[in-house]
Amino acid sequence: MIKLNYLINLAAEEAPSPVIPHPVEIIVGLIAFSLLFYVLKTKVVPKFEKAYEERTNAIEGGLVRAEKAQVEAERVLRAYTTQLAEAQSEAQKIREESRVQGAAIIEDLREKAKEEAARITAAAQQSIEAERQQAITSLRNEVGALATELASKIVGEALDDQVRQSRIVDRFVADLEKSN
Amino acid sequence: MNLLEGEVRPGFRAPDAGDFVFPSIFGDSVLTTKPVVLVFFSVILISTFFIASSRKALVVPSKIQFAGEMVYGFVRNEIGKDVIGSEFQRFVPFLFTIFTFILTNNIFGIIPLIQFPTMSRIGFPVSITIFVYLTYHFVAIRKHGLFKYLKDMCFMPGIPKFMYVILAPLELATYFLIRPLTLAMRLFGNMFAGHLLLILFTLGGEYMLHDKLIMQLFSVFSFGFSLGFTFFEFFVQCLQAYIFTLLSALYIAGALADEH
Repeated sequence: MIKLNYLINLAAEEAPSPVIPHPVEIIVGLIAFSLLFYVLKTKVVPKFEKAYEERTNAIEGGLVRAEKAQVEAERVLRAYTTQLAEAQSEAQKIREESRVQGAAIIEDLREKAKEEAARITAAAQQSIEAERQQAITSLRNEVGALATELASKIVGEALDDQVRQSRIVDRFVADLEKSN
Repeated sequence: MNLLEGEVRPGFRAPDAGDFVFPSIFGDSVLTTKPVVLVFFSVILISTFFIASSRKALVVPSKIQFAGEMVYGFVRNEIGKDVIGSEFQRFVPFLFTIFTFILTNNIFGIIPLIQFPTMSRIGFPVSITIFVYLTYHFVAIRKHGLFKYLKDMCFMPGIPKFMYVILAPLELATYFLIRPLTLAMRLFGNMFAGHLLLILFTLGGEYMLHDKLIMQLFSVFSFGFSLGFTFFEFFVQCLQAYIFTLLSALYIAGALADEH
């Protein structure tokens, strides 16, 4: 029994039980682990996370950008198509309008020309009428005078009385017209 | 003493737990033993690598950034996002630290000249486990409140009432004892056993090399095995770092879940 105890003691001295932790080693382990944890947490993990995030952003950002470009392209295409259609209808409208306007202008001009013609005609007629009246008047006077003179010459008596003279002339002219 | 030595040939000392105890490099301080120095070295190594890797944080990564991002992305997406879900982001630095810290210290086990997996000293797995333990309890208490947390833990819905007599203590033990113990022990055990096997076959091979011809033949096998086992160890070292991180994430996810 004593020998066994001695053996156990000896064994224990030679080879301390490997499952009994050395307190200093636990403390060293705690410190070393804490140090490493601090370094990795503050210096390494944020950097790696940043790289991860940037990479994800780069990939997703690219996708988003492509999508945006696609949407933009579609929007522009739609805008162009709309504009083209608008331009076409506008052109159509303008053509229509110009035709209408042209027709209106022609009509207007025709109207104006007609009016002008009518006016000219009217003026000419007026002038002719006036000249005719003038001619008639002057003719009448001259014819009157001639006739009177003639008559007085023929009859041999002067018809000095103006009123009477005029009446005779009128009757004379009326007879002339009647005979015409 | 004779009793212990009787099992092996005289002259050969099989490696044991004593091979995991190192003398101090400077003076007597425990702070300068190989495992402690390695742990601090790992902190510098990981910090340097990842700071260099993430410093520029380019959209199109350089080679070193790509390498760092691969490790980070693995922890962030495969462990954090998949296991914890929507609230994963705030736990990513913690999980990332666990993974890189354990992985680096494990891989020290097969790096020439270093050749010691720091996690085979149980103090280090324990210290990481303390953080995980505090984290998942803290998260759960803050989310549900202490009373509801304990109530949900002890009384799972949809189970006959009398079963709670058995289940409640089991659940309590799971959350408060078994989880941290298994978490620390699994990592420690794997690293300890792996390293022990490696040095056994290496030392054994070396010992047999100085023996008779037949033994020298066996020695080749021994060295060959230790070489092959080194590759296997690398696999185990990565796997253990992954498992530890994954379980931590699972415990946090459980703490955040509405029902346990």
